[in-house]
Amino acid sequence: MVSDLKIENPNSSLREKGKKLHPHKFILWVAIGSILMMFAGLTSAYIVKSNQANWEDIKMPQIFWFSTGTILLSSLTIQMALRSFKQREMNRYRLLISVTAFLGVIFIILQWMGFQQLWNNGIQFEGVVGAGQFLYVIFGLHALHVFGGAIVLIVMVAKALFSNTKTYSSTGIEVAATYWHFVDALWIYLMVFFLWIR
Amino acid sequence: MSNEAIMHGHANVISHDDVHHDEHHAHHHQSFITKYIFSQDHKTIGKQFLITGIIWGVIGGLFSVLFRLQLGFPDQTFPILETFFGHWAKGGVIQPEFYYALVTIHGTVLVFFVLTAGLSGTFANLLIPLQIGARDMASPFLNMLSYWFFFIASVIMFASLFVHTGPAAGGWTIYPPLSALHEAGDGSKIGMDLWLISMALFIVSSLLGGLNYITTILNMRTKGMSMTRMPLTMWAILFTAILGVLSFPVLLSGAILLLFDRNLGTSFYLSDIVVNGHILPNEGGSAILFQHLFWFLGHPEVYIILLPAMGMVSEILSVNSRKPIFGYMAMIGSLFAICILAFLVWAHHMFVTGLNPFLGSVFVLLTLLIAVPSAIKVFNWLTTLWKGNIRFTPGMLFAIGFVSLFISGGLTGLFLGNSTIDIHLHDTKFVVAHFHIVMGVASMFGMFAGIYHWFPKMFGRYLNNTLGYIHFWVTIIGAYLIFWPMHYEGLAGVPRRYLDLRGWHNFNKFDDLNKMITIVSMIVFAMQLMFIFNFFYSIFKGRKVRTQNPWGSNTLEWTTPINPGHGNWVGEIPEVHRWAYDYSKDGRDFIPQTEPIGADESKDH
Ligand code: HEM
Ligand SMILES: [Cu+2]
Repeated sequence: MVSDLKIENPNSSLREKGKKLHPHKFILWVAIGSILMMFAGLTSAYIVKSNQANWEDIKMPQIFWFSTGTILLSSLTIQMALRSFKQREMNRYRLLISVTAFLGVIFIILQWMGFQQLWNNGIQFEGVVGAGQFLYVIFGLHALHVFGGAIVLIVMVAKALFSNTKTYSSTGIEVAATYWHFVDALWIYLMVFFLWIR
Repeated sequence: MSNEAIMHGHANVISHDDVHHDEHHAHHHQSFITKYIFSQDHKTIGKQFLITGIIWGVIGGLFSVLFRLQLGFPDQTFPILETFFGHWAKGGVIQPEFYYALVTIHGTVLVFFVLTAGLSGTFANLLIPLQIGARDMASPFLNMLSYWFFFIASVIMFASLFVHTGPAAGGWTIYPPLSALHEAGDGSKIGMDLWLISMALFIVSSLLGGLNYITTILNMRTKGMSMTRMPLTMWAILFTAILGVLSFPVLLSGAILLLFDRNLGTSFYLSDIVVNGHILPNEGGSAILFQHLFWFLGHPEVYIILLPAMGMVSEILSVNSRKPIFGYMAMIGSLFAICILAFLVWAHHMFVTGLNPFLGSVFVLLTLLIAVPSAIKVFNWLTTLWKGNIRFTPGMLFAIGFVSLFISGGLTGLFLGNSTIDIHLHDTKFVVAHFHIVMGVASMFGMFAGIYHWFPKMFGRYLNNTLGYIHFWVTIIGAYLIFWPMHYEGLAGVPRRYLDLRGWHNFNKFDDLNKMITIVSMIVFAMQLMFIFNFFYSIFKGRKVRTQNPWGSNTLEWTTPINPGHGNWVGEIPEVHRWAYDYSKDGRDFIPQTEPIGADESKDH
């Protein structure tokens, strides 16, 4: 019964090249949906709370504008890295990936400085709950996601440097780039959210 | 053919395919560790989930026997308890803190570790690649991680049982402020933090699993396996995974805020609290906020538990009635409707929190709407059985038992779904009866049905039938004896989560009933131990499976070798030509999915 079958693609006979998403990319998109739900949960909690009594607003520290610039720039560099990879300019690729990871780390440091500024302005954990406490949690979780992405990028650079097998498939870097753009877009959403909803 | 040869053949085929994962090359020389411990084979991972789930089942079940002892025999002392549990059962009497810890861990463990990880984890892993025709999951590595996150979560939860102040004791729903304040009691100390950490890891585990399940089902089906040719198990698991991936992160966000409140002094959930005459500084928080975040997961969670059971039951009923499932498309449609509605009804757990009555009535409407797809499913199961040529295997009996329990428990949902009636019934034994029958026991039955049915595929041997029949009859009769009377108690106003009812004189009339319930629950627990004996004994000593397709089933898992290696099929993956339910068609008992449509075949599919 099996003998009259044609040669098959063991992972998916349905997928023809280019037509369907690579499973790893698909996993990423589903994961993005999942991460979004977490932030949706938190921002909805914020909206509910902000309509109740005793809500304390904050003044957004300026430093977060710098982090916005940094993460936007890093989205650009990772996109260029992807292009270099596809053109097989490996040195440029490694450089750009390293720059992206570096910008990611800078971003996290800037976030930390922003937190400190708020903290020193008296927005602390004890006492009333308001936009500031939510900001620490929400921006903190976002930074954690950036951190995870940066680790992956560093591993990718290390792999490219030290491994002796060559990779030609761009799937890995494409997945990483999509994720990176996602945390970027997520940041923009959060920034707009905090400026808007008071 | 040896496993080696399969993997070689496999590697040849895929070497030019950009989709392959290097994981596949790792299986030429498997050590014990890569084969049984850090395995990336979906079948082994499924078994790991199952066995871990069984261990938790014993723990959770044992805890319920212990707190039932207290409820059934509040006047008596059991010195043996003190021997085992020391100051938790001083003088042989279960102490209040211990009681709450037992109830909390019982609920947590059964809801999450047994009926989520043990059920979805086992059968999604085992069945997805086998039933859609794939070598393995989209990412076997993430899949392995999913198990190991569950394992670490389990270790932490288990460790929390042994800390000095005991495990979490705020109920499985861990409502603040009780769960947020260390001062609130022993069960709100370190045990609660361990609970939260364990659950956070558990959530990561379910998300990793869910991502894989969805991706695999949508992307890796074999040739000819269109979505509407998939067995209903696959549809159910797909919807389960979608529910999990979208709702667990919200619980995670709620848990993170709770961790902040507990350990960093924030007041997301806390306001105006006085503990022992001492005024806390927390201001402006809202405990109700937590309930929203919790039940936004919590309600979908009950369907995460139920849907895989529904899927397996649909499959097993059809195979053992030798009839096509009735209303295949309606089954998918109702799963879909349940999935959507599951996200829109969470506030029915909160009717008495001061919820705006107008909003409440919206939630009443949406909640009662769930009865429609539920009724469709019940109708279809019954019509599948109708005039079937039924084979009463133990798996089939458990599947029928599931239908019975789902009907009984669903009906009481209609009472609770009406907010006016719920004001009386909320937090009574009626709710306990409702959700144990419709979710707890029913899903357990789905799980047992699945284990009896797919055991031959998992281990190449059968479970003992006689023990299976005893297991079924005692368990179903016992389950009804335990939970049915609780409806009456609840209607009379007996509250849930109270360890001692002796203060209410008009509840004295339930004393004997409570004794009966306790005794039956001990018997039913013993039955489960017998099942576990059967399980492990049969893995090694059970009757051997000698034919590839022992149940005469259409689905693809029965086209693999009796003991499939990693990669599942020797040679190519079969192509699929028809849906999974061609039973008793054109005078033939069954027509496997791999068989092309005949020229003169009648047209119903
Ligand atoms: C017609 C369908 C159903 C309706 C209308 C319904 C309605 C309700 C309502 C209103 C409550 C809250 C009662 C209260 O706390 O006062 C409730 C509790 C519960 N239901 Fe259902 N339900 C239905 C089906 C189900 C199903 C299918 C499951 C599980 C698979 C389920 C699992 C639960 C659980 C676990 C609880 C209690 C949670 C707790 O408080 O610990 N229900 N149900
Ligand atoms: Cu619910």
